[in-house]
Amino acid sequence: MAVPLEPILEGRKSQPQQLIEILQDIQEANGWISPEAVTTVSGELGVPLMEVYRVVNFYKAFHLEPRGKNVITLCMGTACHVRGANPLLRQALGLLKVEAGHTTQDGLFTVDAVNCLGACALAPLVIHNGVYHPNMTPAKLRTLIRGLQKAEGGTSDA
Amino acid sequence: MPKIADTKELSSLSLHLAAHQIDADFLISVCGGPGCQATLCHEVADRLREEIESNGLNGKVRLRVTGCHGFCEQGPIVVVDPMNVFYPRVKPDDVKEIIDGTIREGRLVDRLLYRHPVTGKALPAEEDIPFYRPQARTLLSQNRMVDPLSIEDYIAIGGYQALGMVLENMGPEEVIMEVEASGLRGRGGGGFPTARKWAACRAAKSEEKYVICNADEGDPGAFMDRAILEGNPHAVLEGMLIGAYAIGSQQGYIYVRNEYPKAVEVARHALSQAREYGFLGENILGSGMNFDILVARGGGAFVCGESTALMASIEGKVGEPRPKDVHTAEHGLWNKPSCLNNVETWANVPTIISSGAGWFADMGTEGSKGTKILALTGMVKNTGLVEVAFGTTIRAVVEDIGGGGRNGKAVKAVQTGGPSGGCLPASLFDLPIDFDILWEKGSMIGSGGLVVMDEKTCMVDVAKYFLEFLQDESCGKCVPCRVGVSRLLEIVNDITEGRGKPSQIELLEELSATVAQTALCGLGKTAPNPVLSTLNYFREEYEAHIRDKRCPAGVCKALISYRVDPALCSGCKACLKACPSGAITGAKDQVHSIDMQICDRCGICLTSCSHDAIVVQ
Repeated sequence: MAVPLEPILEGRKSQPQQLIEILQDIQEANGWISPEAVTTVSGELGVPLMEVYRVVNFYKAFHLEPRGKNVITLCMGTACHVRGANPLLRQALGLLKVEAGHTTQDGLFTVDAVNCLGACALAPLVIHNGVYHPNMTPAKLRTLIRGLQKAEGGTSDA
Repeated sequence: MPKIADTKELSSLSLHLAAHQIDADFLISVCGGPGCQATLCHEVADRLREEIESNGLNGKVRLRVTGCHGFCEQGPIVVVDPMNVFYPRVKPDDVKEIIDGTIREGRLVDRLLYRHPVTGKALPAEEDIPFYRPQARTLLSQNRMVDPLSIEDYIAIGGYQALGMVLENMGPEEVIMEVEASGLRGRGGGGFPTARKWAACRAAKSEEKYVICNADEGDPGAFMDRAILEGNPHAVLEGMLIGAYAIGSQQGYIYVRNEYPKAVEVARHALSQAREYGFLGENILGSGMNFDILVARGGGAFVCGESTALMASIEGKVGEPRPKDVHTAEHGLWNKPSCLNNVETWANVPTIISSGAGWFADMGTEGSKGTKILALTGMVKNTGLVEVAFGTTIRAVVEDIGGGGRNGKAVKAVQTGGPSGGCLPASLFDLPIDFDILWEKGSMIGSGGLVVMDEKTCMVDVAKYFLEFLQDESCGKCVPCRVGVSRLLEIVNDITEGRGKPSQIELLEELSATVAQTALCGLGKTAPNPVLSTLNYFREEYEAHIRDKRCPAGVCKALISYRVDPALCSGCKACLKACPSGAITGAKDQVHSIDMQICDRCGICLTSCSHDAIVVQ
């Protein structure tokens, strides 16, 4: 269910400088930014549609497609890299048959590879829906993903 | 709480709160830093709360969830005062023992104490632990003393007194002179003298001026700004207030990166408390100064750590840098004079004012004064946040504080300064941590990330990693960065995939020099550093890839193959189950084998084998 935009826009209309803040709030409330939301924001703030799309595409925080029910975020920062983040990413993508940054067709899983989550001392780090999993190993990640798949009873386990 | 009218009222409130703080007999501090959050410190805190409640200890014990204590490797960390006992790796089930033993009976719980890694001796006090002992924790030590959500805690340890001093006794120029005398340089990467920035912004003519806190800590491998902003936000606010007074600004911004939602929450909470107490708003402490601060959230773009890109982002635009021939001190945010410093820099300011420039300048080297917080990570035993005086050697940080290589492996290099920095080999570990010296050696302190690398780290792969990062994060505005970095990456890819030619080393150097000279912003200009420094210090690794088609560290997929050592394989099927490609076959208790036609060389089998039976060739 999409959250209505009116309360988010309230008091900030015709203020182009509020563009990023408003998009942040929409992203947070709805988990993505729909084409309708882009059009509404463009009209209400007086920012050209092209510029809104440019901003949405420029910043990694914004997503133009809905996110999965389970978002698995893998940190690819330097500390995670030297402690084996790459095998983890391949493990996650391989298990879920999805590309980085995308969502499985059943909408259950999104795998994100991000550049640094700032908990480098516990590398490699994986976050599942906001919950940190420090010192991750391919085996632990497999258990995590299999467990989630089982709980969902979904079809992502191809 | 009514607004504090003047500095006298602030002093008496500070005394009152300091006295009030020791009302409870015991203080239990639970580290709530990013590392300990990940190791579920909140479950420990919840259990402590329950135990305190059920034991009727409510008035006797104060529980405080604080910011980062630094020793993330040992999280969750619990410290009990006044005994000053340090309990590492506390689990919820250990809580009862701490309450029964330490609180009720006043004794140490031996089982839970930190043990010296060599002698095995129990070390109850934080300052005796080898990780902490060589440090100079002037900033980070404050984290343990305050609840980030309590402005009262900060006032109790003398917070906002520096602001009071400045407003009552010092003119703006005097403040700038004091900061200049301290020798404070920007902690965000550039190391630019802070006072010079302030003076330029003060001199600029305009009704409106802005001070900005850069909390867009985008360098991978750095998390000190997060630890300060989440752990001791009022120190940052106080620093900004003093800066705003010196410059003559009425509006400030804290630009926080998108990946730090808790920092946004804590900063907003701190701002509302500061407004309530009258540290922000109109006529601050009766001085006539008006100033307020807003939080701006980043959108997850590395380039927004660059000053002009950051300002564009606050304006709601795409974060692209612009040429620096027009200085932001004159034409910055909304085209007005703006002064940008990073979190750690701002947080240093109050202590410089209250303890004096001389105190600060006594620490450090000729050109780099004070302390620097380093994020010690990678293949080192003790990871976490480390604060040392400038001039401390890299060796002291990696070996004494860090405890040397992880899993007994030899440390080969450290990478400092993130994607703009470089890799320094172990032969240079006697170099001091110093802005200028590291720069001369082809690296930089940057924001303070220090990633330790061992023999299993391929330096060509590290260069490739940073190029991929920079290609991904380049805003695309200028050709040298957008195209140059991509070409560099193509060449390095050739080398790591076995297509390298000897002439490509020279080409890398030439192209790097061009990108460094011609890119638009600081991030683009320093983008070739990881390539240049690895070429400089680890050329033999490039040559092994090119000439021998061999990756000495066994990392680059195209140049390695795996086999099972029949003498070591126990036939346990662990690797077989772990392999995502289905390349391993073998029956239970029989020696397994790897089909290299199917193998993806991901290395997962290596981590799953407990007999070291998988050999990389």
